[in-house]
Amino acid sequence: MNGIIDLSFWQLASAYIFVVALLIIVKMKGIAREQEILISSVRMTLQLIIVGYVLSYLFEHENPLYTLLIIGVMEVFAILNIYKRIKAKMSVKLKKVIALSMFAGTILSIFYFLFVVIQISPWYKTQYFVPLAGMIIGNSMTGISLGVDRLVDGMRSKKDTIETALMLGATPKMAAKTIVDHAFDSAIMPTINSMVGMGIVFLPGMMTGQILSGTSPLTAIEYQIAIMLGILGSVSLTVILFVQLGYKSFFNKQKQLVLD
Amino acid sequence: MESVFQLRNIRYGDILNIQHMDIPKDKITCIVGESGSGKTTLIKMLNCLISPTEGEILFQEKNISEMDPVDLRRRVVMLGQNPVIFPVTVRDNLSIALRFSEKEPLEEQEMKKYLAMVHLDKNLDQPVENMSGGEKQRLALARVFILNPEVLLLDEPSSALDEETEILIIEETVRYVKHYGKTLIMVTHSKLIAETYGENIIKISKGQFVREGEM
Repeated sequence: MNGIIDLSFWQLASAYIFVVALLIIVKMKGIAREQEILISSVRMTLQLIIVGYVLSYLFEHENPLYTLLIIGVMEVFAILNIYKRIKAKMSVKLKKVIALSMFAGTILSIFYFLFVVIQISPWYKTQYFVPLAGMIIGNSMTGISLGVDRLVDGMRSKKDTIETALMLGATPKMAAKTIVDHAFDSAIMPTINSMVGMGIVFLPGMMTGQILSGTSPLTAIEYQIAIMLGILGSVSLTVILFVQLGYKSFFNKQKQLVLD
Repeated sequence: MESVFQLRNIRYGDILNIQHMDIPKDKITCIVGESGSGKTTLIKMLNCLISPTEGEILFQEKNISEMDPVDLRRRVVMLGQNPVIFPVTVRDNLSIALRFSEKEPLEEQEMKKYLAMVHLDKNLDQPVENMSGGEKQRLALARVFILNPEVLLLDEPSSALDEETEILIIEETVRYVKHYGKTLIMVTHSKLIAETYGENIIKISKGQFVREGEM
């Protein structure tokens, strides 16, 4: 590796001084957060150690089945995470729509990104597949969570507006249009805003990682630009699929608004 | 007498239970009853905004559960008790109604004709946010008139109005309905309105259909 500093056990251990400092501060201030800080530090450490070993194993034993399995596991975790994040009550129909749009939107974007933009070979190359798919799935998960929140909230809080529209002869699509548009907008705005600040307000994680590992900054930005566009595409695709199918789950066959 | 709606063995949970009811075509039917008796539930069913848990409703001899609900709602337009007025202007509210019903947009003169029908002397570009509750109610009524439906379902159309405007509005509604040969089904709390204008009066009590005809 291009002169990268490999951290020794003691070097890494010394970084935990930051956790210790935080623990001292909260203790002194009487903020009861010690347990959370400890648990999250330990969890982060253990999770990353496991991922490190799993990825090392996978890099050495490349196999299309493993790659597909990892993508599957990522998708399932992302979908379950969305269900967990949403506090409002969701119908089974809506949950199915979330899973379907998340799966279809991200898989399409990942395949396009890896096979058309990056052109990886062999197609299942773990070194590219796993981190890039992870970023696409992770960002789409955040986007769709926002979209679900806004859609569910909008359908409930604008119940009277929707019913007034239905009474005037609107189709469910017409009646829900402003809510659907608003949900889509809220879901993609964070991605758009993050592109604006990129490179000036902060250096994105993937680019930072590549630079640290010795990649030329110019190559690093190429990847960063590409992945940002990939993320934008995937977030838009998953969210548009979600809102277009999702609003329908609030109407029954008789085109009546159903909120429970 | 030809019926526009026929209700057969209708039940909606514990709220409504109607064995047999016919609503005449081209007439003014007033639905009366104490609050919580199921009047709104009944009128919402006729608009297919809710469906009965049991029984069937026929609209011009056709079971409404077999009709396209949007098509039905375009022929049987309902004005709810608390209609939402859409942003931003008076014109927007009239044109959005036409758009919802997939009808051709109207000229300014035509739109104003409908505002005059409900005694709303407003500029079409007037923002709705400054309008009083009564003015909004009248705009909502004009929004129903402009759709030219076969049947008008009005749920307490004059609840936000003072007595004088209330009578004025009801009279305009009656004139509109009679002039264009339409059916009006109106929920009202006012015995006076029901007795004066109702050609057919339906009394509901505790979810049951108790009387038809004179109050």
